[in-house]
This record gives sequence, C-alpha cells and structure tokens, in this order.
Amino acid sequence: MLGLADAGIATVTMNSGSDVFKSLGAFTHVGQDEIVAGREAGYKFNDLGATNILCPIQEAANVGLTDRCAGARETSTGSVTDFNLDGGLQDLTAASAKIKAALEADPTIDAVFALNADIAAKAVLPAVQDLGRDIFIGTVDMSEDALNAISAGDIVFAIDQQQYAQGYLSVVLLYLNATNAHSLGGGLPMYTGPGFVDASNVEQVIGLVAAGTR
Amino acid sequence: MTTQIKDERVSQTSFATKMLQRPELGALIGAGVIFFLFWSVDTTGNFAAIGGTAGWTDIAAPIGIIAVFVALLMIGGEFDLSTGVMVGTSGLMAGLLTTEYNLNVWVAIALVFAFALLVGFINGMVVVNTGLPSFIVTLATFFVLRGANLAVTKELTGTVRVANVEDSNGFDQAHAIFASKMMIGTSNFQVSIIWWILATIFATWLLTRTRFGNWIFASGGDKVAARNAGVPVNRTKIILFMMSSLSASFVGIMFVLRLQGMQAGQGVGMEFFYIIAAAVGGTLLMGGAGSAIGASIGAAIMGIADIGIPYALWDQDWRWTFIGVILLAAVLVNTWIGTKAKGAKR
Repeated sequence: MLGLADAGIATVTMNSGSDVFKSLGAFTHVGQDEIVAGREAGYKFNDLGATNILCPIQEAANVGLTDRCAGARETSTGSVTDFNLDGGLQDLTAASAKIKAALEADPTIDAVFALNADIAAKAVLPAVQDLGRDIFIGTVDMSEDALNAISAGDIVFAIDQQQYAQGYLSVVLLYLNATNAHSLGGGLPMYTGPGFVDASNVEQVIGLVAAGTR
Repeated sequence: MTTQIKDERVSQTSFATKMLQRPELGALIGAGVIFFLFWSVDTTGNFAAIGGTAGWTDIAAPIGIIAVFVALLMIGGEFDLSTGVMVGTSGLMAGLLTTEYNLNVWVAIALVFAFALLVGFINGMVVVNTGLPSFIVTLATFFVLRGANLAVTKELTGTVRVANVEDSNGFDQAHAIFASKMMIGTSNFQVSIIWWILATIFATWLLTRTRFGNWIFASGGDKVAARNAGVPVNRTKIILFMMSSLSASFVGIMFVLRLQGMQAGQGVGMEFFYIIAAAVGGTLLMGGAGSAIGASIGAAIMGIADIGIPYALWDQDWRWTFIGVILLAAVLVNTWIGTKAKGAKR
C-alpha cells in the first residue's frame, strides 16, 4: 500500500483498519470502529434495563473483540464482564455448555452481548432457553439464524457494520477522487456502523439479505 | 503359525494388559482429584448435582467419542491430526447434501460416513505405503479439508455456513437418534452421552477382547516383530485410520443435527483435544500401550474443567494453562511407564 502511495495512487482502506489507515497512506477508512460499536451496544442494553452483561469473547487474543466489550463497559450503566470463550466457533456445543455454566454461576446476569452471530444463535440462545431465564441477547453481525431469532423475539438486536455500504462507499470515494479530485473524510475514518437490526426493521433486512444487498 | 511365535505374542499381550491398569487408574484418580477440586470451589452448589453433570458430560461426550478411537490409533503407533476438521467436513457435507441437493438426511449420513471411511483409508494407505510419519500425512489432510470446508461451503451457499438443515426429509428421526435431549431431574442431558458410553464399551472390547485388539498393541509396539509374528500391520493401521475418521464424522453428524446447521470453522483445532484426552488417559505417544476407557476419562477431565472453571467464577483465561498442566503431568507419568514397558518388550 505504501508503494501505491509513493506512486501517487489514491487508496481507501475498508472494514478493519481504522487505527492504521493513515500510516498505510490511505486518505480515509470506511468501516466500523469496534469501540464505537461496543458503546452503542452499551446504550442499547441501558435502554433494555440490563444491569449485568456477560460478554463472551470467542477468540481470546482478538483485540477487536475485547474492544467491543470495553466499549459496552464504557457506556453501560450496569456491569459488563468479559468471558473467555476461546475456540467457541470451533466447538459451538461446548461453548453453549460453558455459557450455561457462567449464567448459572451468576444468577444476576440479565443480558449477553455475543460478538458473533453464530455464537449468539447457536451457543448463547440454546443455553438461555435451556435455563429458561429472561436474558436479553444482543449480537454483532448477522446470520440467517440470528435474523430469524430476532424476528421471533429471541435475540433483541444485531449490530450491523453494513459491509455492503463499505464496499459501495469505498468505490464512490475513489471515483470522486479520480474524477473530481475529492479527498473526503477529513483525514478521519468514515463509519458505516454500528447500524442496528432489531424487531423494528428485521423483516425489511431479511428481505434485503435475500436480495443480496445486506 | 508356530507355537513358538504364539507364546511370545501372548506374553506381550498379558504384559500390556498388566501395564494398562496403571495409567488408567492414574487417570481415574486424576479425574477424581480434579472433580473434588472443582466441587470444593463450586459457587453454585450445582457442580456435583444434576445440572453440572449435564454440563460437563455434554462437553466430554463428543470429545470422548473421537478420543477413544484416536487412542486405538495411537496405541497402533499412528497419529491423526485430521479428526477435528473432519467433524466440520462431515457436518458441512451433510448440511450441503440436504439443503443444497435436497437429499434425505439418512442418505446424506450414509454418504458422509462413506466419505469419512474413504478419507481414513487414504490416510492409512499413504502412511503405510510411503513410510512417512502419520503426523505429516494427516496434517496435510487437515489442511486439505480445512480449505475445502471453506471453499465448497462458500461456493454452494455464498456464506461461510450451512443453515436450515431442520427442513430436510428425515431430520426429525435422525435428530431423535443423534442429537436429542432427555430431561433427567431438572436438567437436559444430551443423547450424545449414550453414544459416548457405547463407543467406549465397543473400543474397550475391541482392544482387550479381540484378536484385532492384540494386533493394535503389536503394530504400535514393534512393527517389525509384529509383522514377523504374522500380524497384518498395514491392514490394522489402515482400519484404525478409518475408525478414527468415521468417529469424527459421527460427531460431525451429531453436531449438524443439533445445531441445525454448521459453520465452516467447526472442529478446527479440536484434534489436539482428542490426542490430549488419549494421552491423559494413559495412551503412550509412541504407541504400543494405552487404553480406550482412559481416553474417555481424559475427555471427562476436560469437560469437568470447562464447567468447573466458570462455576468457580475463576478467570476462564486459565483454562488452557490448566489443560497444559494436566497434559504435562499425565505425559510425565506415561513416559515413565513407557520406558518400563519398552525395556520389558525388547
């Protein structure tokens, strides 16, 4: 990328890289900041009245994931506890049993902030249903099963970083740069998320997913 | 076959059987100690009760089903690093066959099992015919399958997961047999526990009560001596590879039915837990000695730790450290036994 910058070719980074896009020579970054996404999730949990939130991290050394939990911790009026669920995606049924154990160990937990749609729909939701407790589930990113669970009222929200818009915007930004010498973004990243998918818009989003643009 | 050779083989087996008792007993005592440890630090009062038991057996069962057959293979002197990813491959394959090709679930399961046997057969053939270490051969299989899992799933579904398996023909019966729950007391127990017990009984019977079991010990103990004694070493090893691969696909089927779908990363990295379970259970890493029931105890230890740590409200970060310590302790004991066993055999 630095080679491109040296050659005078304009670049934009997208998806992940909001911290480093400048050092890579890009004029802006199109994406979602993990801390910002976590903060918005924290507000959302406040609206729901959640006071004790479990935040399972399915890849222990992934800074992006710990940032999401940290962001939620900043804005939540309750407590947010990180829970190491390393390898969770490689063994979803074991992940479910571990989450169930963590929920049993602390009966005051009233919300789970899952950081992945498969973790939410395949590990957290079965554990919550098995215990029969009233626990709000929020997740990051979407899957068909997670959307259906939102539609059914089992999952409250999914954070959507709106990747389709990331690709679309990046091309538009570069196009304007090439044709009209614009350099948009003001040296800052441009956020495409967090968008929220919840009961209010889930049916519309399901339709758009089927159409291939979400 | 001459009586002279037969005598030697019989004496070897009885020695192995004698040695078997000790690592197995060690693993059992270890499991007891760990169980007591987590029971004493349990904050929920649930750990030793029905709820905790349902939790740790849920984690241990799929590990145990594969670990007992991985143990047989290791006793036979070989490794299989493709078992973990094979779980994912099988689940994805069953999911794709039912959702993309609209096959009946049972037909899909039969095809998946046939595919797993083929993969095991290829692993075994390559190992016995090239003389390459199985560690390398099955590591290659691991990467081949890992890449294929992602590529094929993306190609067919446009995503990294298979969903909606529950809409397929035959799903309900298959789900009842491989993935249902039963309420005992106040908790749901997974049917996988029954399969785990059956797998352990079958593998133990095979290892200790049949001629094939003797062949396993002989093939892993001293290949040349075994071959001289008339043991079909190559055939034994190939069958062992096929069994470990089949057991992994069995668990893959259980998972895809239970999760009603599967994502492409499932199973990757799990192969080490099966090997660890076998090693903790007293199976020698160099082959020639070990136990199937020990591998099941090793799987139980992992389940106990995985549930015990959150129940104790300990930092889950320590889980890996805990498993590492258990493994090192077990292997130290096994190596000590191993040098004794080796000395007596040669």
